[in-house]
Amino acid sequence: MAEATLPHNMPAEYEPSLFGTYSKKIGMWLFLLSDSLTFGALLYAYSYGRISTPHWPTPFHSESIVNATIMTAFLLTSSLTMVLAVRAAVNKDAKAQRLWLLATMACGMGFVILHGREWAKLIAEGLTLPVFPKLAGSTAAGEFATVAQTVPQFAATFFGLTGMHMLHVTLGVVYLGVVALRRNFIPVLLVFWLAAWLGTPPTSPFHYGAHVLLLAAIVCSIILWLKPKIYDSSDVEVAGLYWHFVDLVWMFIFPLVYLMSARI
Amino acid sequence: MEAFQQAIADRVAEQQRHHGKAQFFWVWSALLVMTAIEVYLTYQNMQPLRMLTILMGLSLVKAALIIGFFMHMKYEISRMKWLTMCALVACLSLMLFFFPDALRILSLGVR
Repeated sequence: MAEATLPHNMPAEYEPSLFGTYSKKIGMWLFLLSDSLTFGALLYAYSYGRISTPHWPTPFHSESIVNATIMTAFLLTSSLTMVLAVRAAVNKDAKAQRLWLLATMACGMGFVILHGREWAKLIAEGLTLPVFPKLAGSTAAGEFATVAQTVPQFAATFFGLTGMHMLHVTLGVVYLGVVALRRNFIPVLLVFWLAAWLGTPPTSPFHYGAHVLLLAAIVCSIILWLKPKIYDSSDVEVAGLYWHFVDLVWMFIFPLVYLMSARI
Repeated sequence: MEAFQQAIADRVAEQQRHHGKAQFFWVWSALLVMTAIEVYLTYQNMQPLRMLTILMGLSLVKAALIIGFFMHMKYEISRMKWLTMCALVACLSLMLFFFPDALRILSLGVR
């Protein structure tokens, strides 16, 4: 019976891949498809709120638009450095691969820092969520002090959507760090965690959000300890798919959230 | 199984060796130019619906470039392209059914 299920004229032990590529890549594509539905739902929720709310806030002045444009340029450039890392990996140029991966991580970190700065500015002006730490005094006089009460769905969908994306970028940087530096990345990650934790005031949501890096360091340590390996070109390509996806999602968040809510 | 997977990965890597470096720079430049156009339009104070249409159109073109060239979907076999992209577009399109409800809330006069 088992012989009857084997394909004819097959020299190999296994059936050929249905999608013409290796399992890791198919797995990542399936994950990305499911993740795109998560972001799709968040983008739809934002758009639904915008359509159904007559007085939707437009909090993004020229300074915010310039900031978001630089963030977009960082992500687009990181996608270019990522494909160059994949190219170096398939050419078995380990040094170039590592350098391009580090360049990609640097662009990703630049994006997160600029995004954090934008969040801090909006929070200081009074746009906040009930779960965020309270700012003493400053919210009452801020430009958006009333927005949180009159249009609460703006802050909820804005922070939910961009926060989810920022988390993806942060985890993407960690992912690339593991692929580029393997175990050597763990102490670097712990330094990032300490810098993010101690470098932000207790009134900032990033003060507590920084612990994501500690959690990531623990998870990465377990993985690298249980299954140490040298990452080859297929691993770099799969990591690249994830990174390009993060870039892809931002191509919809940037116009829909920032440009359509600009106050020029 | 490992050897079988490695053989496929090696074949994919061999195919990628032939992709020109210049095309990635062209795609990156096109993405930056389209982003610049989007920002320029923001400063033109256009009618919102018209602007939304143009911005979403440009975003779809940018998404196609990223998926096609950076994510190498252009070089995958047809089955991979059609199954993944059709499933994604169908699922995202189904979510559009919620939007008429958002307009209904406005017509009900909820403020």
